[in-house]
Amino acid sequence: MSFSELFIIIANSTLFFTVPLLITSLGGMFAEKSGVVNISLEGTMVFGSFFSIFFIDWMQNQFPAFNPSLLLLLAALIAAISGSLLSTLLAFSAVNLKANQVIGGTAINLFAAPMVIFIARTINNVKNIPFDQTFNIESIPFLGDIPVIGEILFQDINILSFTGYLIAILSIIVIYKTRFGLRLSAVGEHPSAADSVGIPVSKMRWIGTLISGALAGIGGLVFVVSSSVTFSGQVGGYGFLALAVMIFGQWKPEKILLASLFFGLMNALSIKYTLIPFFDGLSLGYFFTILPYVATLVALMLTSKKSRAPKAEGIPYDKGSR
Amino acid sequence: MKFQALMSSIIAIILGLFFGLLIMIIANPLTAFPGFITMIGGWLNNESLRRLGDLIFLAGPLILTGLSVGFAFKTGLFNIGATGQYTMGMFAGIFVGIYGDFLGPLQWIFAFIAAMIFGGLWGLIPGILKSYFNVHEVIASIMLNYIAMYTVNVWIQGDESLFNVAFSKTRAIDLNAYIPTTFLRDIFDRSAIDFGIILAIGFSILIYFILYKTKFGFELQAVGSNRFAAKYSGIKENRSVILSMVVAGALSGAAGALYFLGKGSIDSGNQYSVGNELMSAGFDGIAVALLGQSHPFGIVLSAFFISFIQRGGYFMQTLGIKVEIIDVIIAAIIYTSAMAMLVKDTIIKWLKGGKKK
Repeated sequence: MSFSELFIIIANSTLFFTVPLLITSLGGMFAEKSGVVNISLEGTMVFGSFFSIFFIDWMQNQFPAFNPSLLLLLAALIAAISGSLLSTLLAFSAVNLKANQVIGGTAINLFAAPMVIFIARTINNVKNIPFDQTFNIESIPFLGDIPVIGEILFQDINILSFTGYLIAILSIIVIYKTRFGLRLSAVGEHPSAADSVGIPVSKMRWIGTLISGALAGIGGLVFVVSSSVTFSGQVGGYGFLALAVMIFGQWKPEKILLASLFFGLMNALSIKYTLIPFFDGLSLGYFFTILPYVATLVALMLTSKKSRAPKAEGIPYDKGSR
Repeated sequence: MKFQALMSSIIAIILGLFFGLLIMIIANPLTAFPGFITMIGGWLNNESLRRLGDLIFLAGPLILTGLSVGFAFKTGLFNIGATGQYTMGMFAGIFVGIYGDFLGPLQWIFAFIAAMIFGGLWGLIPGILKSYFNVHEVIASIMLNYIAMYTVNVWIQGDESLFNVAFSKTRAIDLNAYIPTTFLRDIFDRSAIDFGIILAIGFSILIYFILYKTKFGFELQAVGSNRFAAKYSGIKENRSVILSMVVAGALSGAAGALYFLGKGSIDSGNQYSVGNELMSAGFDGIAVALLGQSHPFGIVLSAFFISFIQRGGYFMQTLGIKVEIIDVIIAAIIYTSAMAMLVKDTIIKWLKGGKKK
């Protein structure tokens, strides 16, 4: 295998892992920008992927001729809706009841997987839902023909990858350039100041949390579609990795994009390291398996000293304390 | 105050059970009610002594993981890494249980202590990361859960004496490494029960003593209620955070030993199946700690309750109800206990309002 072939394989695989991480950690960012810690990203990914994969499976059986890319977009819509429905639980307990957000989020994590497995097993007796992997577009016309870049970005790719980049660009614009984004950040930094100029704190936090759930739901779908051909009731800790990506990206969308590329690369290496001639000879399977998790710890050690976390993150807003 | 705390846990349990019943009715209205009755106690009708003994055995590890999470809570830390510490403890317990045959009748004690040391060391890592590098203990310990699982799998699979390739499980430990079953087994009709439950309850008394009767415990709680105030009153908060995580880790490690050094109900022992999924034990500990409101004695009560409905869920499967409903109910209980204060206040208001009429 030539170097350029190897490079393309690693780059491709990196992007495969990057997109679900990117979407989900941007989701985490929207909640935390508003001041709500969303530790339930993992459970939300499972929840969103379950309902959307269930839908895909049903559609593929009922309408085999349906356009796969359109089906995937519809599934993403369902993932977004089910994800944000689940996160209403977090928003309700964190914003309205002022409960501990980490505990509320943990409860949601513990709830999501057994709940969807219970539904799957009640309907089908098994927890796995298989689907036909027909979503990859072989090559985008013209763009796919560009050497190297075309092969990495525009070949063997599903439509949600582009949706991921689009979400990243939109997030950057929304956070920095719109009234909504600036208000969202204000609510997470200094809720009482925001409240005093008439920004509805509770409403903003609800919206932030719902966006978070929607994106994590889509992230779950992308993860399952790009890494497997069955839904199996789990997303392998990706929701937590997405939280780490968000912290590593210092709660800023453009840095989160870079951070998720880094973690995507770590994951790609952990799967594809045998292709690299130098590593193949050494028996390093274990090292590469734990690489993404160790990399997370090291990355957080290096960046957490001066944390840029929203100041009011995790603290319920009490009008009386103004 | 104590009564109110108990009330809010009971309210959380009732709401959680009600939610579970609702889901069961939606899933299948015919089996829902018989299933529910089986779950909340019907399963104790047959072979009741043996089943009760199994319940008590399984409550032991739950008490210890619950104490682990609860102890960290008191210092303001959320030990979501109990699973990783439990995994490490399990490995050390099994390792000494297989290699430590020269220890004679003391083998199980050494296996147990080894488990506590390994669990404690695994808790030390997030403690150091938290106090010196400001890494949030939740993220750090979640990553360490996965690292522990993969590491232990590699250690076990790489050693023929530990790993039974044919069954993809660990091998049986030496006879001396089983926690003594003592007289308890005869009382409970050869069930899984052993001396471990006494140990677990002993630990809850010890933790109560440490938290409420020693200077060390007072300092930990001071750090938990206000880190900065504690710092300015001269408490070494970094040291408190680290020690608290070490104690929490040691308790989870002990839980791993308590389960895997158990003789089991048909004297077959409990083996670890090597797989790529985190063990649920640590997450059960979170439920136990929250339901017990982090009080050492509350944790003992809630561990018995969680063990009770988990066993109920196991026997409910004969009616075709999927066992995952138990985890759904436990999650619902945690969710409601997270907002227990508010629920409690509402109920009290409601009760008072009712009385006025």
